[in-house]
Amino acid sequence: MSELVVALAIGVLAGCGTWLLLRPRTFQVVMGLSLLSYAVNLFIFCMGGLRSHAAPFVPAGPPPDPALLADPLPQALVLTAIVISFAMTALLVIVLLAARGLSGTDHVDGREDER
Amino acid sequence: MFGSSLLPLLVALPIAGAAGALFFRVNARNAEAWLAGTCSLAALAIVLGFFPQVSQGAVVGVDFDWMPALGLSFSLRMDGFAWMFALMVTGIGFLVVLYARYYMSARDPVPRFFALFLAFMACMLGVVLAGNLIELVLFWELTSLVSFLLIGYWHHNPAARRGARMALIVTSSGGLALLAGVLLLGRIVGSYDLDSVLASGDLIRSSPLYLPAMILIVIGALTKSAQFPFHFWLPHAMAAPTPVSAYLHSAAMVKLGVFLLARLWPALAGTDAWMATVGLAGLVTFVLGAFIAIFQHDLKGLLAYSTISHLGLITVLLGLNSSLATVAAIFHMLNHATFKASLFMAAGIVDHETGTRDIRRLSGLFGFMPITATAAIVAASAMAGVPLLNGFLSKEMFFAEALGVSGPLPFLDRALPWVALGAGAFGVAYSLRFIIGAFFGPAPAGLPRTPHEPPRWMRFPIELLVLICVVVGVVPNLTVRPLLDTAVHAVLGAATPSYELALWHGFNIPLAMSAGALVGGIALYRVLSWRLASGVDRVPLLPPVDGGIVFERTLDAARRGARRLEGWAGTRRLQPQLRWIVAVAVAAAAVSFLHHGWWPGSGAQPLRATAYDSMFALTWLIGGSCAVAAAIAAKFHRLAAVVLAGGAGLVTCITFVWFSAPDLALTQLLVEIVTTVLLLLGLRWLPKRVPFAPARSGALAALPRRGMDFALAAAVGGGLAALAHASMTRPLADSISRFFVERAYSEGGGTNVVNVILVDFRGFDTLGEITVLAVAGVALYSLLRRFRPSPESAAPPSQQHRHTPADAANDLRVPGVIMRLMFPVTAVLALYLLLRGHDLPGGGFVAGLTLAIGFIVQYMAGGTRWLEARFDVRPIRWMAFGLLLAAATGAGAWLFGYPFLTSHVLHLFLPGLGELELPSVFLFDAGVFALVLGATLLMLVALAHQSLRGDRQQRNL
Repeated sequence: MSELVVALAIGVLAGCGTWLLLRPRTFQVVMGLSLLSYAVNLFIFCMGGLRSHAAPFVPAGPPPDPALLADPLPQALVLTAIVISFAMTALLVIVLLAARGLSGTDHVDGREDER
Repeated sequence: MFGSSLLPLLVALPIAGAAGALFFRVNARNAEAWLAGTCSLAALAIVLGFFPQVSQGAVVGVDFDWMPALGLSFSLRMDGFAWMFALMVTGIGFLVVLYARYYMSARDPVPRFFALFLAFMACMLGVVLAGNLIELVLFWELTSLVSFLLIGYWHHNPAARRGARMALIVTSSGGLALLAGVLLLGRIVGSYDLDSVLASGDLIRSSPLYLPAMILIVIGALTKSAQFPFHFWLPHAMAAPTPVSAYLHSAAMVKLGVFLLARLWPALAGTDAWMATVGLAGLVTFVLGAFIAIFQHDLKGLLAYSTISHLGLITVLLGLNSSLATVAAIFHMLNHATFKASLFMAAGIVDHETGTRDIRRLSGLFGFMPITATAAIVAASAMAGVPLLNGFLSKEMFFAEALGVSGPLPFLDRALPWVALGAGAFGVAYSLRFIIGAFFGPAPAGLPRTPHEPPRWMRFPIELLVLICVVVGVVPNLTVRPLLDTAVHAVLGAATPSYELALWHGFNIPLAMSAGALVGGIALYRVLSWRLASGVDRVPLLPPVDGGIVFERTLDAARRGARRLEGWAGTRRLQPQLRWIVAVAVAAAAVSFLHHGWWPGSGAQPLRATAYDSMFALTWLIGGSCAVAAAIAAKFHRLAAVVLAGGAGLVTCITFVWFSAPDLALTQLLVEIVTTVLLLLGLRWLPKRVPFAPARSGALAALPRRGMDFALAAAVGGGLAALAHASMTRPLADSISRFFVERAYSEGGGTNVVNVILVDFRGFDTLGEITVLAVAGVALYSLLRRFRPSPESAAPPSQQHRHTPADAANDLRVPGVIMRLMFPVTAVLALYLLLRGHDLPGGGFVAGLTLAIGFIVQYMAGGTRWLEARFDVRPIRWMAFGLLLAAATGAGAWLFGYPFLTSHVLHLFLPGLGELELPSVFLFDAGVFALVLGATLLMLVALAHQSLRGDRQQRNL
């Protein structure tokens, strides 16, 4: 049943992230991207299936049955994604601060909406 | 001695010369001319050296692998025909270099001219020597490109830019058609190799793809050789410096079209369709070009239309499907190159010495420059087809062929001799106009400069070419015959007809036609002279349609249409773009959902369904609430949003722990910390947003937009949740994970499979990822160097008014001591995480983040100045060291003859410690550690430094 919980969690995070992504203020977009990256990381992670008490460590010696361990591949993929998403958030924050200084507005288009 | 190895040298020599020109000073006219002259002379010598071989019918070739997987080789191949063209390209090229030395002004950037000129020569040689059709097209397009730069050499001149652009667009689109045709041809034959294509003429002509392939290739040839209806670019290209015209527009570039038609003649010619397209296009061009040429007032314009007409003549000959006509075509290619190059150079001299090329202003130059005038008169007579000159011989052959033609349309066969006669008369008329207009009549008045003979060596190329015209015209069998035989034999092979080159064939119809054309031309010139003298700038009898204007209008219309389309469909606003991206992604996924339906997995495998855990559900109730609250708060309450998003992140982290991913949990936790610090540092520069109550109408107007966004967000969330649930509840297909788990210890030497994947199995990916991190860090750092905060946030924030840094230090007195004491502990922890990473949770990423946080804590405790006065933090050094270490570890495998990043486990025995396993990937992980540490620190510290700078600026005000 935890699958349902994780799936709902992914849905909520992705929905909130998308909503913020479509907002007009740069800070909202940054927060949206960071929520989206949680959702996507969890999504990739759960592709390996959910297993408790089965961390992917092998004993020194003959290898165990891989079916008894959590899938290490999505974990390896997500690990670097977490670090890189931090770098991207940092870059985006700097870009938006610079844009704020240049354009005098924190609208994503660099100017206030005419409408 | 003349082996095939000289062929690459032949092409490389001008390229080397062109590259060498880059090192000359802008005004190095003489040195550059020497270089270009030497290169082209050496190339000419190589070409001449090949004659003994190719005249025996040998084909010299050399092959390099180019794209072996596609069956493409880069091959250079010299047979007699290629040799003849290589001779023209290098020989006339050399003469034009000599001429250009005197023509180009010392004020022009001459090295650029010669560099482009030599590059063009190399491309030309590439086309004529190509042994492979794709390679031929490649060099073909390169000639278009370089000719664009050459025509636009005087780029301050709008006419030059316009002419260059027109030439480029027309010829390179023709090149694309050619490429398509060549691809079809390759499909028919099964090979792009020129020899195989030439050998399979019957196969090609009987193929259903013959017609499209032939038409596409002919379009390529017609655009390049300025044939109707693509002829209009050539007169506009006359804005080029005259040496460029003398080379490109007489001997080189425009000859490529007819070169190609002749080259592929054995493969494509011989059908009615060939005759209808090639022959007809050539015939129209031949007549039209000659007629328009009469009414040009510009010397170069006259020569341009005459070139169009003569190329039309060659095209007609190639389109007659007769091998004798092809002999005449090849002969005329040679003859036209000699007399037209010299005429262009003569026109350039006139322009250079008088300051104008307008026939209406020129007159009587014979008295001022008798030698040049004589040479030009002889060359123009050759152009007109006067006996004793080379033009006469090939034109006579044409007349003979025109009489004997038998095509599918009898009336056209009967008309051809008359059309030929008429166009011949036009040719005589414009040649007369060139001669009489420029060199005879009263002495010119009101010229910008007083004319005189040009320097000795500027005249030499013309004199030499004119001499060739005369010698070939008088004793063709002694001079041009062996050369022509070689070229013709290479094209026609066994089908070579026996032909005669003779000045005198007896009284026959072609001779009568020649005489008729001469007389008719003189009469026509007489009749038209009053009209020409009146200086009217329009060609009579033809509709006033200029291909150039039609071309420009089409181009403008295309540009306007594109702009309108962009205005209609494009936007610079981010939100609509993102909305579209999200909507398209949702739609794409929805198609799959609708097509295949959705249902959760059966759960038949007990492994895949975990038990319900209310604690876990509760955790996510908190996490989900945090996410929703963050989404709401992000508009006005940024700090709250950061904290709430951190809450969602922590719950994500707990999920990783819960489901057996300790490494992820560690990384997520640490990244959560640095992200929060980063956002807090950034928030200081983002002015506060004050909540306001929008007008009711505004809120109503925004309702549809927000509703749409909400629907999109709900669709994304719902869809992703459904997808995740469906895939989580299904049995997992066997993936490559099994491989990693089974070999982690035996081959990677570590028990932490995730870490082994990162640093060993997929080490190359990781190297790429840390490189991205480094790039992001450097980009951010350089952006911040020129950072200008918004004016509202330049002043210290209001919190600091009451709360000075001294107060802060006071507040942190007790915690500060603890934080400082924590640093060695943090450092040891980081080292521990790094060392054990291969076997237990940890590794370079986690360790780097840990130590970075250790540093950040010190910044918080002591302040930036305090820390940096005591500790030299050099994030960029750390990054560079880390990246180099990781790359060097990978490269180290090369030393032992293994591929990049091959790992090795070293077993050390240390006294007291026992056996120590030191895998080489440990060094790699240490590189990751140093880079992550450096990048994280760089990002945070660079942003933190802005506050210091802001303070300084504030104080300076």
